[in-house]
Amino acid sequence: MAGKGKGFRVFANIILSLLTLSAVLPFILLIMSSVTSEDAIMKYGYSFFPREFSNAAYRFLLLSSGRILKAYGMTFLVTAIGTFVSTFITIFVAYLLSKKDLPGRRFLTFVVFFTMLFSGGMIPTYLVWSQLMHVRDTVWGLICPNLLMSAFNVILIRTYFMANVPMEICEAAEMDSCSQARMLFHIYLPLSKPMIATISLFSALGYWNDWINGLYYISVKRDLYTIQNVLNAMQSSIQFLKENASAAMTEFAMNLPSMGVRMAIAVVAVVPIMVIYPFFQKSFVRGIVIGGVKG
Amino acid sequence: MARTENIRQLKTQKSTARRLKKYAWLYVMALPGFAYLIINNYFPMIGLTLAFKNYSFAKGIFKSPWNGVSNFTFLFGSKWAKIMFRNTILYNIVFIILGTVFAIFVAILLGEVRSSRLKQTYQTLILIPHLISMVLVGYLVYAVLTPNTGFMNKSIIEPLGGTAINWYTEPKYWPFILTIVHLWKSFGFQSIIYYATIIGFDKTYYEAAVVDGATVWQQITKLTLPLLRPTVIILLIMSLGRMFASDFGLFYQVPMDNGALYDVTTTIDTYVYRALMQDHDVGRSLAAGFLQSILGFVFVLGTNAIVRKIEPESSLF
Repeated sequence: MAGKGKGFRVFANIILSLLTLSAVLPFILLIMSSVTSEDAIMKYGYSFFPREFSNAAYRFLLLSSGRILKAYGMTFLVTAIGTFVSTFITIFVAYLLSKKDLPGRRFLTFVVFFTMLFSGGMIPTYLVWSQLMHVRDTVWGLICPNLLMSAFNVILIRTYFMANVPMEICEAAEMDSCSQARMLFHIYLPLSKPMIATISLFSALGYWNDWINGLYYISVKRDLYTIQNVLNAMQSSIQFLKENASAAMTEFAMNLPSMGVRMAIAVVAVVPIMVIYPFFQKSFVRGIVIGGVKG
Repeated sequence: MARTENIRQLKTQKSTARRLKKYAWLYVMALPGFAYLIINNYFPMIGLTLAFKNYSFAKGIFKSPWNGVSNFTFLFGSKWAKIMFRNTILYNIVFIILGTVFAIFVAILLGEVRSSRLKQTYQTLILIPHLISMVLVGYLVYAVLTPNTGFMNKSIIEPLGGTAINWYTEPKYWPFILTIVHLWKSFGFQSIIYYATIIGFDKTYYEAAVVDGATVWQQITKLTLPLLRPTVIILLIMSLGRMFASDFGLFYQVPMDNGALYDVTTTIDTYVYRALMQDHDVGRSLAAGFLQSILGFVFVLGTNAIVRKIEPESSLF
């Protein structure tokens, strides 16, 4: 792929620049719209070049910031608990299955693996979690259903353990009467940091972006809404934000800057992830490559 | 003879007992994980039998009476049965074909970029759509398409002298819109997968080709594409296994659950949700979900059998 073909290289760069632009432009439109005055939006629509700047949308969000901060709190809480629990129960199962002379290994591996082939689907899952486990309108409804453990990650980690942890070290540790459980924390985990970072990252992203559990399991207690659930609720009704607004809101009550607010709240939801993206970009790409080629 | 057999049996029993003891704590540690799989995955599998019951929330999972296949006859009595299967399968076929072609195209272009700085920038930015939730994608699409203030009508169609289009009530545009949105969100990560495969190829092939005076075009058609073939085949077949699944977020969130568009946006997943949560029609919902699970399972087994024949080391099992 070296040497000739300068023309093609220029072509490649042009097309890739256009594609890159197309991936980013909608976000620019979102940000620009959020700082456009309500009148300008009404007249000229959402635009890349605001005719008239305004921070009304953000002022409005500040007034109802109680609700938004609360939703952010829920998102952080759910992401933290979910990712932590998910990472550990996944590692524990993977570690067990990585032991080659484990009694019952074949059967237990099948128990994990089969869940990748066959699924009960949404309704039975919903009925189990809501009727049997009673997670409706609790924080567990956001954490437990579907997201807590994936068989795919278990198999990935198990394979990684088997391929990357040298048997000699384990044997030496056994000689020194190191217990199997200690071996996990002192030998396996330190040797598998990048892999574990990657599955934790994907688990965290899954929780951060999830809105489906909120849609299914949170119906009455809107206090439990995460930022994604607030966005989802807002899509149908901007009223949602006004519901528990304070007296200061009367200023806006009549002419709510609803067009701009819609976009402003989406900006508020997307900014944190964009800010930290450069820091996890490497793990993210690695995860995509591992997951894509295997599954 | 019998004695040695007995001794051997005794020995294995003993060593099994010893190994059980050795790993005792590991079983205990793995217990939460298995408990979770049983609750989240195995109970719902048993729950599939509810498709043959007249489920009522009051009577619950165990006490609801059986009613044979009437949920299914009821489901196929509605016009949605045909629509949701048609939509799910057609969208999947279009997504798979266009998604694959587009991703390979982008991956090859990425391979031609010399500057590692630029390469890094492209890779980072095209992955951004994959980072965000479908709810947010719904907002982005709304900013572009909402009839009175959307970018499309206000900044493109009207200035060009056209009449504004009421995007959210016109079903005929949505197969295209949904396909574009799907490609927009997924092309980045799909092309990264192919790109990773391409940079894994043996460089000496390309060096030899250059020495022999091959053009870039010849390198692509004679080297890169043939070398990619096995990966493409595997990924294609694997996506066949998900033929009856659909991205609920894409079909529910992006058209904003708009009734006027149901004909072209209803897939099995959105139907199942709507029937259960909005129409409280558990029977039809269960029947549709049952078919989705069973057909999905059959397709996964079938595609795996094919993969095992073509490329044994890539098969799932």
